[in-house]
Amino acid sequence: MIEWLIGTFLVVGVFFNLLASVGILRFPDVYTRIHAATKCTTFGTIFIVLATVTYSIYNYWIQRDPAWVTIGIHSALVVIFLVLTNPVGAHALGRAARKSGIRPYGAVIDELEGRL
Amino acid sequence: MIAPEFFYAAVIVMIGAFLALLRVFFGPSVPDRVVGVDTLNTLIVAGMVLLGAAYDRTIYIDIAIVYALLSYVGTLTIAKYLQGGLR
Repeated sequence: MIEWLIGTFLVVGVFFNLLASVGILRFPDVYTRIHAATKCTTFGTIFIVLATVTYSIYNYWIQRDPAWVTIGIHSALVVIFLVLTNPVGAHALGRAARKSGIRPYGAVIDELEGRL
Repeated sequence: MIAPEFFYAAVIVMIGAFLALLRVFFGPSVPDRVVGVDTLNTLIVAGMVLLGAAYDRTIYIDIAIVYALLSYVGTLTIAKYLQGGLR
């Protein structure tokens, strides 16, 4: 029962991480690559850490070893820091790319045209 | 090896990291390469969490915390440099 839950979380997390890698190889310009990479890796890593936390709670329930509590809490800290910092880094990167003069590929309207 | 499913998931995540490394090699412009490195950082953090669960080591997950924060600082520094210095 709990193995199926952990397996489902792992499959979803690994699938979305692979989708981010395929996305940055297939998309045409830097903004769509940022769009694919940031959201897919953040979502996939959330599910991977969810699998780890479920695994540590299950092992603590069986063995009563406090080392599993440490593993669960530190994995939760990883995903908290990643969710807080990953979109900010992507925003700074997209803003820097636009300020260094890269136009979006096939853009119909560019709101930042004369304001940089 | 204690938990083989976490180890195989880490192997698949490292295959994704290799695909991100292709973007770092063949990226036509500098921000493309930085996007590749940013994706690679997040995938390595995910792989470290998976290996920490697979080998039952807490120290790998602590290294993942430090690596997540330092890769964020590195991405911000490169972005600050690309947009033309400290403005």
